[in-house]
Amino acid sequence: MNLMTERNLEKAVNDKMSAQGNAIKMQGKDVTVHYGDKQALFGVSLDVPEKMVTALIGPSGCGKSTFLRSLNRMNDTIEGCKVGGLLTLDDEDIYNPKIDVVELRARVGMVFQKPNPFPKSIFENVAYGPRIHGLAKNRQQLDEIVEKSLRRASLFEEVKDRLHEAGTGLSGGQQQRLCIARAIAVSPEVILMDEPCSALDPIATAKVEELIDELRENYTIVIVTHSMQQAARVSQRTAMFHLGNLVEVGDTEMMFTSPTEKRTQDYITGRFG
Amino acid sequence: MTDIALNPAAPASARPARRDIGLKRRYAAERRFKLYGITAIAIGLFFLVALMYSVFSNGYTAFWQTEVNLAINLDPKIIDPDNKRATDPNVLLTANYPILARNALAEKLGVPATNKPAMRELGKLFSEGVRGQLRDLVVANPSLIGTTQSVWVLTGADIDSAFKGQIDLTVDQTRRKVSDQQVEWMNKLKGERAMSQRFNTGLFTYGASSRPETSGLGVALIGSLYMMLIVLCLSLPIGVAASIYLEEYAKKNRLTDIIEVNINNLAAVPSIVFGLLGLAVFINFFHMPRSASLVGGMVLTLMTLPTIIIATRAALRAVPPSIRAAALGVGASKTQMVFHHVLPLAAPGILTGTIIGLAHALGETAPLLLIGMVAFVANSPVTPLDPSTALPVQIYMWANEAERAFVERTSGAIIVLLIFLAVMNITAIILRRRFERRW
Repeated sequence: MNLMTERNLEKAVNDKMSAQGNAIKMQGKDVTVHYGDKQALFGVSLDVPEKMVTALIGPSGCGKSTFLRSLNRMNDTIEGCKVGGLLTLDDEDIYNPKIDVVELRARVGMVFQKPNPFPKSIFENVAYGPRIHGLAKNRQQLDEIVEKSLRRASLFEEVKDRLHEAGTGLSGGQQQRLCIARAIAVSPEVILMDEPCSALDPIATAKVEELIDELRENYTIVIVTHSMQQAARVSQRTAMFHLGNLVEVGDTEMMFTSPTEKRTQDYITGRFG
Repeated sequence: MTDIALNPAAPASARPARRDIGLKRRYAAERRFKLYGITAIAIGLFFLVALMYSVFSNGYTAFWQTEVNLAINLDPKIIDPDNKRATDPNVLLTANYPILARNALAEKLGVPATNKPAMRELGKLFSEGVRGQLRDLVVANPSLIGTTQSVWVLTGADIDSAFKGQIDLTVDQTRRKVSDQQVEWMNKLKGERAMSQRFNTGLFTYGASSRPETSGLGVALIGSLYMMLIVLCLSLPIGVAASIYLEEYAKKNRLTDIIEVNINNLAAVPSIVFGLLGLAVFINFFHMPRSASLVGGMVLTLMTLPTIIIATRAALRAVPPSIRAAALGVGASKTQMVFHHVLPLAAPGILTGTIIGLAHALGETAPLLLIGMVAFVANSPVTPLDPSTALPVQIYMWANEAERAFVERTSGAIIVLLIFLAVMNITAIILRRRFERRW
C-alpha cells in the first residue's frame, strides 16, 4: 500500500510537467475515503489543471465518482463517509473546518449523472443559484445571468420562448444542459460532471460533449465517464482508476496511444471493465 | 426442417405434445384470488351500507322539527302585571311567557279557558322552550308588548315524534305519551297548515337541554371547532419541525432510533391514555379549567402529533435524493435545501397527513370524557377556556338518553360528524391530487 502511495505521489509530481503548462487548480494528495467500514479510495493523488478537461475513467466501483464527489464535499451528505488526506482548491485545504462548504460548492459546481432539474420553471432553475448567493442586485441583472448561462449551455435558443414553463418538461438532453446552465449560473471555477451523458441518447450526448469542449475555455472541468471514446473526445487529461487506486494519469493522447500501465491498456482495449 | 424433408408423410399431429407449463393452474389461481378480493370488498361495502342506512334512516328526521304557528298576543297584563318594566328590567326576563302561547293556542283551537284539564293538555302541545323564544323576542324589542305577533313555536318532543309518525297511535292512549285529544288537535292544526315540519336550525344552534326539541349541537360544534384550530396550530408546526429535524438534521444514532421507535409507539397508544395524561398534567398539575376546549385541543394535539410526524417524515423521505443533491450542488445550505426544495415538494403529503390526523382527532371521544368535556353545557362557549363539549361526545351523551326524539338526534349528530369527516378527507385527496408533482 505504501509503495503504491509513494508511486502515486511521484507520478503526481511528474504530471505537473505534462499538464501543458496550465496551473494546478485542484489537487488531491493521498486521498482516502471510507464509507463506514468499507474503504473506497486508497490514497489517491491527482492534480486537476486549470481550464482543462480532466477525465476520470475506470471500471464500475473503482472510486472515480467517490473522488469526484470529494472535490466539492458532496460526500459530506453520505452518512458514515470519512475523507482523509489532503484536497486543495487554489492551495487551500477544502476539508479545513474553517472552509465554508456552501462557499466551496459555489466555487466548485456539479452536474449529476441523471438530469435533475428542480420541479420549477426553466428560469427559476437557473436563477436559483444566483439568487441564494445574492449574485444579482435586481431583476434585470438576474435576467441577464439567466440568459447568459442558458446561452453558454447552448440551450437559450431552444427555450427562450418558454422560460417560465417547467424545466422537467424538457427532453433529457435539454434537461442536462439546463443542469449545466444552472451550475454555471453561479460562476463556479470548477465544474464536476458525474457521467453527465450516461442517461442521454447519442445526439444529446454529442451536444453536451460539444458544450463541455466550449466550457473548457472558462472553467476547469472534471468529468467521470464510462465511455472511453468520450474521454478521448472531450478531455485533455485522463486519470485511470481501478479498485480505489489511481493507476495512471497523463495527457489523454498519451493515455490512449501508449499507456504505461498494463491495466490501463487492458481497460482501454476492453479486456476488462 | 430436415425432419420434414426426410419424413414428408408424417402427419401434423405427430408433432411433440405441448409442454404442460401449468397455465390452467395459474389462471385458476388468478381467478380465485380475484374472487377473494371481490368478496372482501363486498363484505366491507355491505357493512358500510348497513351502517349508513341505519344512521340515515334514523337520523334524517332530526333535521326537521315540527313547529306550530301561533298568533301570540304579547299582553302587557301578563308580561308585566305591575307595570314596572321601565324600572326593573328583570320583569321582562321572568315573565310567564308560556301562558301567552297557551292562550293563543286555546283561542286557535276554541278551547275555553275554564276547561282546566283541557288547558293542561294544551300546554303540553308546545315546547317549554317557548319561554326563552318569546323572552328573547320581547327583550330585544320591548315595543312589541301589547301587539300580536305571528310566531312559529316548537312543539313538544312527543308531539314532534307523533307528527313524524314515530309513535304508534294504535295502542291505547294510556300507554303512550300523546293523548287522543292531543292527536286530534294536532291533526286539526295540520289541516289548517298551522303545524308543519320546518328545517331544524335549532339543531345547530342550541346547547345542551333536557328537552330534546331545544337541545342541539351548537356548543359541541363550537367546542370541536376550537379544538380543531388548537390542534392545527399546535400539532402542525411542532410535528413538521420535529420531522424535519429528525429526517434532515439529526444524526442517525441510538438516541434517534429510540425516538423513532417511541414516536411509532405513541401512534398506537390508546387515546384514553392521552386523556389520563391530560387530566394529570394539564388539569391537576397546571390547574387548567375542566371541560375547556383548550385542554381538549392540547390532549388531541398529543394524540395527533405522532400521526403527523410519521406522515411528514414519509413525505420528506419521498422527495428524491437527486433534488437534494441538485440544491446542495449549486451551493444551497442545508436549511435552504430543506425550505426551498424539500419542504415544498413534501407539502402535499404533509397536508394530507395533517388533515387525516385532524379528522382522526375530530372523531375522538375517549380522552375528552376524562378531561370533563362530557358535561351539560347549555350556553355557547365564548373562549376556548369556557366549558364546552365536542361533536362525538354529544353523540355519546345523546345516545344515553331514552326519548325517541333523542334517538333521531343521535343519528342526526352522527350524520353531521360524518359530513365533516367526509369533507376533510375529500379535501385531503383534492389537495394531494392538485399539488402532487412529478419529477
